Amino acid sequence: MTPEIMPALASYIAIQILKQPNKVIRPDEPLLSSGLVDSFNLVDLSLFIEKTFNVFIDDTELNPQTFDNLAQLTALIETRL
Amino acid sequence: MDNVTQRLLWLYETSPQSIAIYLVQNQQPDKAITYAHLIHGSAAYARALKDAGVLPGEVVILILQHGEDLVYGFFGAVMHGAVPAIMPFLTEKLSTEQYRRSLTALFEITAPAAVITYPEFLSEVQQAIKPGSSVRKVLVSSQVTPQPELASPLIDGGLRRSSQDILLLQHSSGTTGLQKGVALSHQAVFNQLESYSQALALSSSDVIVSWLPLYHDMGLIAGFVLPVLFKVPLVLLSPFDWVRAPSKLLHAVARYRGTLSWLPNFAYNFTAQKVRPRDLAGLDLSSWRAVSNCSEPMYWKSHQMFLERFQPYGLAASALTTCYAMAENVFAVSQGGICSPVSVDRISQRRLLTDRVASPAENGEDYINMLSAGSPLSNTRLRILDQHHHVLPERHLGEIAISSDCLLTGYYNRPDLNDKVFQDGWYLTGDLGYLANGEVYVTGRKNDLIIVGGKNIYPQDLENLASEVQGVHPGRVAAFGVPNDVTGTEDVVIIAEVDTGNVATTSAELADSPEFSHIADEIRQKVTRGSDIALRYVKLVRRGWLLKTSSGKVARSANRERYLAELMAG
Repeated sequence: MTPEIMPALASYIAIQILKQPNKVIRPDEPLLSSGLVDSFNLVDLSLFIEKTFNVFIDDTELNPQTFDNLAQLTALIETRL
Repeated sequence: MDNVTQRLLWLYETSPQSIAIYLVQNQQPDKAITYAHLIHGSAAYARALKDAGVLPGEVVILILQHGEDLVYGFFGAVMHGAVPAIMPFLTEKLSTEQYRRSLTALFEITAPAAVITYPEFLSEVQQAIKPGSSVRKVLVSSQVTPQPELASPLIDGGLRRSSQDILLLQHSSGTTGLQKGVALSHQAVFNQLESYSQALALSSSDVIVSWLPLYHDMGLIAGFVLPVLFKVPLVLLSPFDWVRAPSKLLHAVARYRGTLSWLPNFAYNFTAQKVRPRDLAGLDLSSWRAVSNCSEPMYWKSHQMFLERFQPYGLAASALTTCYAMAENVFAVSQGGICSPVSVDRISQRRLLTDRVASPAENGEDYINMLSAGSPLSNTRLRILDQHHHVLPERHLGEIAISSDCLLTGYYNRPDLNDKVFQDGWYLTGDLGYLANGEVYVTGRKNDLIIVGGKNIYPQDLENLASEVQGVHPGRVAAFGVPNDVTGTEDVVIIAEVDTGNVATTSAELADSPEFSHIADEIRQKVTRGSDIALRYVKLVRRGWLLKTSSGKVARSANRERYLAELMAG
């Protein structure tokens, strides 16, 4: 069963990338342009998405042109389910 | 040949259909650029600069992403006889205000006549141009008209440059770095390329593969100018694509039978750790004969990690090579690992820090495995100097000074700096290291020195020690001195980033937590044992606290300022 996308992404980013598990990330909160998530994290993020949602994401698909917040990233994943 | 334009013209006439660059593009097929394409593409930029009234000898700043425009813009400026300087493109992380300030600072010192950028970046550049600026024209890439052939008047300016004229300017990162443009002559660049290709045993069967940015000497010289001018096919990837998909470098090597690459030390760890197993299936890396570690402190462990991960895919142990380089020598000063494996020097940690001598470690003693940066290039001499600039014997740690026929002409428009860095024709690098058996070992940088009780302490040494403690992010540590007016000397402070997991995130909470306070204790113990220095404060902070330069290095002085400001604020 696929977990709900947005909460799963939010908790992964808070715990694994930001190391701030209590942080609440709003759906429209800028992630890349704010520097919260940097380019070195994007590889890890795409690995997580593939494994968790069982979708194929090419590494370079995740970039500042394709998403900057949770809502956009969720939409991107939904198109692949 | 006197200048690079003559060389380009010769390549154009003798090998128009040879492929100069395979441009690896994101989600598009690779693009093969022949010398004919290269010269025609560059001629378009030469024409645009000429039409804009830019004169030979004037500086042109390129603010373009990694790709064809940047390639043609660079050589177009050269062919027109102008002096190109590549500026890093704004990234999504960097604040635009900070970037604009950097640009303004760059424009003031470098006094460029023109800037080349994208239409969408035009207004950003214009805002950085202050009244009275030297910048007469901002050219946008979309207005550059392709040239179907090479009209010779376009390259008159370039053909007339003398060997001593400045070919290009090379800057390092940060506001300070941007105010120090390394000016390199045509002759210096040719001399470097000649001697470095000997050191690499470069041949017509080589293929260079690079993802390195062109605003940095390693990418610009080793990963761009050398292959293009010496007719070694270059496979060029974007740094932005590489960082998101490090496997792309490996695939490019396998696809083109790449033989040579250069990587900063962190890239060995990053590539070894982040590549998916499925991306490695069927990969053959056996063509790679030299992957040179360069431009930041090199770690034996990083080489081991890289080798362990990629040996099953054909990577040869002998392919792990090292290089010591700096823009002021055009690029390489020394190269290791080409004819024989890289030497590893196992030295006593204690004697290095207390006596400043690199003596082989005795049994049971704490040691450091130092990777040799190899032997100096045939045109470069190297000595180690003490603080009074006297030459030190082998295995004594001191400042590295170099003398060669490819040194910088000077820092552009900075005569004040030139006087400081040259001594009797020797360039004082500011790097610390030692010589052993004719090879050079680089241990750190001279600046950011901490002085405690008259004793010089190099913060990098302390940071490396603290980085070894479990729980500390290696390399995410800052050590610096803070004056203590009671003792009349400096207190040593270490700030270390730790993974806070699901507990406290403030420094006070970290210090109170038993889980983390032991990390601080271990840092103190490790540093004291490794260096004889007692730390006054160990501050643990969450990931991302430490300020970094745009090239990702921990900015000691900026962190020191921040630390002091927080202390003052209580």
